[in-house]
Amino acid sequence: MRLRYFAWLRQRVGVAAEEIDPPPDVRDVAGLIAHLRARSPRHAEAFGELAVVKVAVNQTHVGFDHPVAPGDEVAFFPPVTGG
Amino acid sequence: MVVRVQETDFDPGAEIAAATAGREDVGAVASFVGLVRGEGGGRRIRAMTLEHYPGMTEQELERIEAEARGRWPLQAVTIVHRYGRMVPGDRIVLVVTASAHRQAAFDACAFLMDWLKTKAPFWKLEETDDGAAEWVAAKAADDAAADRWAVTR
Repeated sequence: MRLRYFAWLRQRVGVAAEEIDPPPDVRDVAGLIAHLRARSPRHAEAFGELAVVKVAVNQTHVGFDHPVAPGDEVAFFPPVTGG
Repeated sequence: MVVRVQETDFDPGAEIAAATAGREDVGAVASFVGLVRGEGGGRRIRAMTLEHYPGMTEQELERIEAEARGRWPLQAVTIVHRYGRMVPGDRIVLVVTASAHRQAAFDACAFLMDWLKTKAPFWKLEETDDGAAEWVAAKAADDAAADRWAVTR
């Protein structure tokens, strides 16, 4: 599974992307976030305030209840501020 | 339909001319150009860097464009959005809509900007005069502006 981070989430995690192989009990975005929080203190800090964390699976906006599977590209980022 | 995400500047006049070139069914063209402001939250802004999600950005803009075409009779739509470092006065974004009549062009142009601001994966990092850099927070007003286009019928 390929993870991507943008804006301050990228800065807090410390990398723009990483490949992970989550355990089989990680079935949705919420489960993936719980798994990532335990990965490092930087991840725990980045995912500390979930009200300002948005997610896209395979480059489409989704909610935290969306399923994730091996091979997915999962991106985490703050609410968008373009335009 | 033209959707482009680029680092370089664009020429609004040339984009408008290209959107309607050779057509006789367009009676109205509306356009919006967003610029970098030199002030934000009472502070002087020295520069702004726009980060984006290559790949998803283009897809999301195309989805928004398709939504607009489904709602209004549009002959042409152009969306150009820049990324990278810009200074106050620089152009950031262009939306051009062309239709037979003005109301569809005006409404589709406003809709595209409102949806773009809440859905297209761009993030602004502002540099202030004292050298600090801060990510711009999303505004509730932008969510409200996008929500007014919710389909209720």
